[in-house]
Amino acid sequence: MRSEPVQGVTPVPAAHAVGMPLSMRLRRAAVPWAYLAIPVTLLLVFTYVPIGAMFSFSTLEWDGLSRDRPFIGLDNYTEVFRRPELFGVFATSLFYLAGAFIQLGLALYLAVLLSYNVRFRNVFKGIIFFPYLINGVAIGFIFLYVFQPDGVLDTLLAGFGLEDHQRHWLGERGLNNASLASVSVWRYMGLNFVLFLGAIQSIPHEILEAASIDGASRWQQLRHVIAPGIKPVIGLSFILAIQGSLAVFDIPYIMTGGSNGSSTFVIQTVDIAFKFHKVGLGSAMAVTLLLIILVVTGIQRRIIRDDPVDISQ
Amino acid sequence: MSRRLTAITGILAASALTLAPALAVAQDAPSGTITVLTHRTDRIEDGTLARYVAAFNEVYPDITVQFEGLTDYANEVAIRMNTPEYGDVLMIPPSVRADQLSTFFEPLGTLDELAPVYNFITEKAFDGVVYGIPTAGNASGFVVNTKVWEAAGVTSVPTTPEEFLAALQAIKDQTDAIPLYTNYADGWPMTQWEAYRGSISGSPDEVNDLAHIDDPWGEGRDHYVIDRLIFDAVAAGLVEADPTTTAWEPSKDLIGTGQVGAMALGGWAITQMQAAAANAGASADDIGYIPFPYQVDGAYYSGAGGDYHMGINIHSGNKDAARAWVTWFADESGFAADEQQIPPRVDGEFPAALAPFQELGVRLLLQNPAPAGEEGWVDQIDAQAEIGLWQPQYRQRIVDAARGASGETLEAIFTDLNTRWAAARAEVTGQ
Repeated sequence: MRSEPVQGVTPVPAAHAVGMPLSMRLRRAAVPWAYLAIPVTLLLVFTYVPIGAMFSFSTLEWDGLSRDRPFIGLDNYTEVFRRPELFGVFATSLFYLAGAFIQLGLALYLAVLLSYNVRFRNVFKGIIFFPYLINGVAIGFIFLYVFQPDGVLDTLLAGFGLEDHQRHWLGERGLNNASLASVSVWRYMGLNFVLFLGAIQSIPHEILEAASIDGASRWQQLRHVIAPGIKPVIGLSFILAIQGSLAVFDIPYIMTGGSNGSSTFVIQTVDIAFKFHKVGLGSAMAVTLLLIILVVTGIQRRIIRDDPVDISQ
Repeated sequence: MSRRLTAITGILAASALTLAPALAVAQDAPSGTITVLTHRTDRIEDGTLARYVAAFNEVYPDITVQFEGLTDYANEVAIRMNTPEYGDVLMIPPSVRADQLSTFFEPLGTLDELAPVYNFITEKAFDGVVYGIPTAGNASGFVVNTKVWEAAGVTSVPTTPEEFLAALQAIKDQTDAIPLYTNYADGWPMTQWEAYRGSISGSPDEVNDLAHIDDPWGEGRDHYVIDRLIFDAVAAGLVEADPTTTAWEPSKDLIGTGQVGAMALGGWAITQMQAAAANAGASADDIGYIPFPYQVDGAYYSGAGGDYHMGINIHSGNKDAARAWVTWFADESGFAADEQQIPPRVDGEFPAALAPFQELGVRLLLQNPAPAGEEGWVDQIDAQAEIGLWQPQYRQRIVDAARGASGETLEAIFTDLNTRWAAARAEVTGQ
């Protein structure tokens, strides 16, 4: 940290602020709050209040409708932990976890590639990011036609003479989760890509130039300059990826509804709360998932320390 | 009257009394604005509901009717019912148990008063008080493409599951059509099989009895026969190649154009399939409707029930206008006739779409309301056991087992379902 004022920016002398009229000082103090008010209100109303409500629902025996909702303390949590089969679905998450690693690898690769002056680079950026903007229901429909027998994927394989590899992409157990995970990769890779690209572009150009003058290959630049430079973003992406694979919901829910062994913990929670009208138990499951994610994230933060970045050394 | 089934007169209409005015219309003409929550977003979009409103306004010019269509109707409305804001008139969602009706809905009259006038009225009644009037009713059966069945050389309607499977096999052997399309991937079409319950026992207490037995999937019982038929059809390869990638909208064209032989759907689906057939250049006459292949003493029984019932929000600020709409919609709108469903009124015309049932002498079977003190038991046991008789999961599981994807046997599934049912039943009923 430099202690002297940054060149070109005149620090506001303290006396100046004191000399302002009170109303202006108040207004000045209010400005940041005014800017914050909207996001903070949205955050409170749509995140913290519902989470609070969920905690309170998790202590009730409630069908989601009845006026009669007896308080049963931690009984719902006891039930969650007495039913190991509820956690069996985390096996499905492994497919998405594997997918997440592929997704991050691909995103990083493409981000590095497109951080150089490639022809049509903006077109590629658009193409890669585009799937993230498509509505989940539309994605469900698109991939239904891709995975159908004699659908897009089978036709493509036949086009390359690979008829022997045609499969029931959603029909075979195991394979269906891999298919769904690959849809997830297709959809979310663009977001990681944009995050990585932004981070890479914030690395001062001179450092890369200096490295290449010193004879560093592209791989060495990536390994020793770019990767350390965007380490916080990579760390964050890993945390999000693991959270995401624990809490997979939209793609399998839309495409298979959790049938044929493709159910995930969140789908199961939704089913219990809204199909079997056990809102209390469902809420307890949701809280349990929240705790699992907090623990996993805590462990990850221990492993991937977000030290301040200093690539100049 | 001539078109009505003899059976429906016997079972649905306890008596053919002269009709008293259905629901008393208030003396002063009601006025104001009412909001109607509906699941029929398709009928909002195609302007059908607006046409009904125009006709309604000729009688009640001072009432403005607004619709709010909800695509995930049953779930969204159930959540909104935790507030007072759930419209003035709404379709009563299935998750409301009989004993909860009075908390949310305005009483519309007594069973004694309304049962002679309306079909299916006992379904949304509690303690002799009625809370919902049906929009229409449905028979259960299979929508079939008669051309495909003829091409396969099947000329008579199957009377047993074995004959049904033999007919499907003939379709597979003789034609290029998929014999039976499951619509597995959309989920909800799998629940249509549940409507067949009662077709095997022929008992109007089939559902109530479920609260008193530990083995609904015991050999010979209704659920056993129905679910075994699904299993056998799938195991014999008489369904689409990959059930997990089916799609509802295109399936209408498939059956309309003879690429599919049969689908398990309620009577409400007949007109949609006929329209699809006509749109695709085939004939609406190709679409037929047959009952579940089982006979009791030489007669078919088709489990029948009300479609959504209209209820009035107990918090509504304009109950007179809401009531005028409910009564008018059931009595005058012609909705059931337009949809070719069973009419809400006892004296209504029976739909032409169900004419095949009339020829076969199919008896429409309406389930009795639960005995006093047992209201909601079956639904509660079902939810407690997390089986979901009206949810797709357990029948998808049967399809998965039958096509060899899960490695489970049908016997293992039935044993599991029975065990869970028995445990939940003990908990709910205390017996």
